[in-house]
Amino acid sequence: MIETVNWLDFWTLFQHFASLSLLGVGGAITSAPEMHRFLVDETHWLSDMQFTSSIALAQAAPGPNVLFVALMGWNVGLNAGGGFAAGPWAWALGGLGVIATLVGIMLPSSVLTYTATRWAHRNRDLRAVKAFKTGMAPIVIALLICTGWLLTAAHNQPARDWPLWLLTAVSAVLVWRTKMHLLWLLGAGALLGGLGIV
Amino acid sequence: MSESLLTPSAATALARPRSKVELFYTFSQMALQGFGGVLAVVQFELVDRKRWMTHAQFVEEWSVAQIMPGPNVVNLCLMIGGRYFGIKGALAALAGLICFPLVIVLALAILFGGVSDQPAAQGALRGMGAVAAGLITATGLKLINALPGNAMGWGACLILALLSFVGVGLLRWPLAWMLLGLGTTASVYAYYKLTQLAMARQEAQG
Repeated sequence: MIETVNWLDFWTLFQHFASLSLLGVGGAITSAPEMHRFLVDETHWLSDMQFTSSIALAQAAPGPNVLFVALMGWNVGLNAGGGFAAGPWAWALGGLGVIATLVGIMLPSSVLTYTATRWAHRNRDLRAVKAFKTGMAPIVIALLICTGWLLTAAHNQPARDWPLWLLTAVSAVLVWRTKMHLLWLLGAGALLGGLGIV
Repeated sequence: MSESLLTPSAATALARPRSKVELFYTFSQMALQGFGGVLAVVQFELVDRKRWMTHAQFVEEWSVAQIMPGPNVVNLCLMIGGRYFGIKGALAALAGLICFPLVIVLALAILFGGVSDQPAAQGALRGMGAVAAGLITATGLKLINALPGNAMGWGACLILALLSFVGVGLLRWPLAWMLLGLGTTASVYAYYKLTQLAMARQEAQG
């Protein structure tokens, strides 16, 4: 088993998430399309199902949304170790995956934030700081909507998947327009899915 | 060290964390209450309950946390922890924010992994995934409210948003290109518009 694990892959995983770290203006979720391209389309380390479920499970759990990144690392590690049933070895690789992705996504941005905060705080009226905020705003917003789109477009058979699209659209409108608690919606989604309605 | 937090008017009413342990537990508590994001809880706890900062100070801190890359709430907890106890405070707050939620989310993943071959479990996750896609889309839609005040103007914002969507969503271009290329262009244009606004304001004042 040990021979089949390519340790360099974990380093690559770390590097990829570290490189996304500084691009994650507006939260790590705006880099989700890029993670999808890398993890699912390019390296095939994750299935589409695992990618989507990582985001869904992290949304259903308490805590910062960035933990979806940890779940991706967990799944990459488990896949490398032959799945959860393969035992402690696979679990350890899952843990290594968590460390690679979570430390990767947080380390560069945290160092930058910690050191630059005082500067930014003193210069919050500086035109360059304002211009950055102003310029990035529409792009960051579009990337959020884009992430929703990519998660939906992963289900690409209209005849079968239209109820799922409807559910996405309805939840988007409900969250956008009402103050309904997110847990109710996630619960409703789990119920509808569990009963095979969507 | 904390010049903004201890302005004379506010200093009397504000409390502060007594120790790094208190920072750890405060952020743990907030993280565990926050489903689908922690921001609302953080604001309530830090301003209304703990009284570590005023509303105005929170908004200032939050705007900085937002322009920095990285998860916003992580940035905020690093900034607050760091202000009181330096790097150790920042790490204590971050550990509080991440530790317990990470355990819970991994437990959920393992539980789900155990039943993932059952049709009902797969269906439930399919449904939750569809809702999650909706939640993320809605967050983007809500933020559109911030755009009418944007100095670049509504039309430029719409074009930038559409270009980002087409590039990343439809053509699947790497994010780095979009952020570096389009982001730089947008920031330069915003700088130009802000300069124009500032000059117009000066002229109006004579």
